[in-house]
Amino acid sequence: MAGREHTDREYEQELRQLREQLLVMGSHVESIIGDSIRSLLERDVKLAERTIQADKTVNRMEVELDGLCLQILARRQPVASDLRFITLVLKVVTDLERIADLGVNICERVLELDAEPQLKPYVDIPHMGQEVQSMLREVLDAFVAKDANRARKIIERDEVVDALYAQVFRELLTFMMESGHNVYRATRLQSIAKYLERMADHTTNLAEMVIFMVDGEDVRHLTSRAETDELIRRDHN
Amino acid sequence: MTQTALAASESPTGNLAVSELFVYYGPKRALGPVTMLIPGKQVTALVGPSGCGKSTFLRSLNRMNEMIPGCHVKGEVNLDDEPIYGPGVDAVAVRRRIGMVFQKSNPFPKSIYDNVAYGLRIGGLTDRSELGGKVEHALKQSALWDEVKDRLHESALGLSGGQQQRLCIARALAVEPDVLLMDEPASALDPIATAHIEELIHELAHNYTVVIVTHNMQQAARVSHHTAFFYMGDLVEFDKTETIFTKPKQSRTEDYITGRFG
Repeated sequence: MAGREHTDREYEQELRQLREQLLVMGSHVESIIGDSIRSLLERDVKLAERTIQADKTVNRMEVELDGLCLQILARRQPVASDLRFITLVLKVVTDLERIADLGVNICERVLELDAEPQLKPYVDIPHMGQEVQSMLREVLDAFVAKDANRARKIIERDEVVDALYAQVFRELLTFMMESGHNVYRATRLQSIAKYLERMADHTTNLAEMVIFMVDGEDVRHLTSRAETDELIRRDHN
Repeated sequence: MTQTALAASESPTGNLAVSELFVYYGPKRALGPVTMLIPGKQVTALVGPSGCGKSTFLRSLNRMNEMIPGCHVKGEVNLDDEPIYGPGVDAVAVRRRIGMVFQKSNPFPKSIYDNVAYGLRIGGLTDRSELGGKVEHALKQSALWDEVKDRLHESALGLSGGQQQRLCIARALAVEPDVLLMDEPASALDPIATAHIEELIHELAHNYTVVIVTHNMQQAARVSHHTAFFYMGDLVEFDKTETIFTKPKQSRTEDYITGRFG
């Protein structure tokens, strides 16, 4: 979005509405992450069930935002930063919706774990949850501030979450090797950690989109793109 | 230099090199300095708000500005390395190689055939079969032939607006120019006639350099390979069309094409 306002105020209003709705959706998703982890830590079944219900709002917003984007594309034929913004929203809503779905998956595992005593004190999983939640909050802030550098820093943080996941996985493996009785709970916890790790991946996608929106630079798959370029070059030679 | 100074080169590329071009109306600078290379056999769109100098620039590419009293041009325009403002270069010869189509179609009150043959006859061509061949070729190039081949000797004024505009394009093409300048060629046409013209512009770019002034941003995005944005007599940005419409470098370009102007 350029700094100045549109000559056409109605168009400006549509873009503003899109921006605001996207942020509302983002904050819903952020709450879902926090609540899903809290329901695990506090063994709060009611909260888990409420969180599963809250996902429906996110689903509805995805459909509404898609509709708004299509309407603007059809009626306004946006170009340049407006076009990058609209295409960003179309993709962002998908990632946001998936993050919320993963939050629902966490809650479902929490409901399953409710019948069992707690396997171990939770240390790294809540740490992962906080990290993912903070990454999402940061990406939404970077989006509002149109700050590509902030978005770049979020991408780096994905490694932290990956490392935490590897650690959780190793630890749960030892529990499972120790006793077959631990397997049911350990696999649930491992799934939860995996969901959080996937959430961080989706958040990284969001950060890449913010960079594209602000700078017009596509930073996705840079390494693999460079590798395929190299392969193509070799084939030609 | 005489007219021969601008006779077609052996393998014309149709490149137009503009260097330090200024246009003045009386003492007032209307345009410049503009330096740009308009690539041959491609479509270049000129966009910008009214009064930005884009039409002035277009007209300076084939010396049409000379017909405006008080207008004065400084700088160079070279077509395939031949200076069109060179000493002794005949403006009429320039316009034969760099044709023009205007916003409002302006067929002569003559037959379809005579409209297209007009420039050729002025150029001294009298051989009937050669004339007929060239008229047919030009009408085919402007995608009008199938619609008018059975009524070539009827008045051009009986054609629809879109057909009249394509007739004017045929008239410009008949004298076999290298470059075709178009000043809002579709602004007075309905969407279907506009689509015909745009499709035609695509086709013409295989053989001609096309420079088009348009107020329709989507049209510029659809038809052109390169886009130049003018503002208050300055060339603000000139780049590949896809770059201009996805990530322009100048904020003034961004503001204009997204509709955040003034």
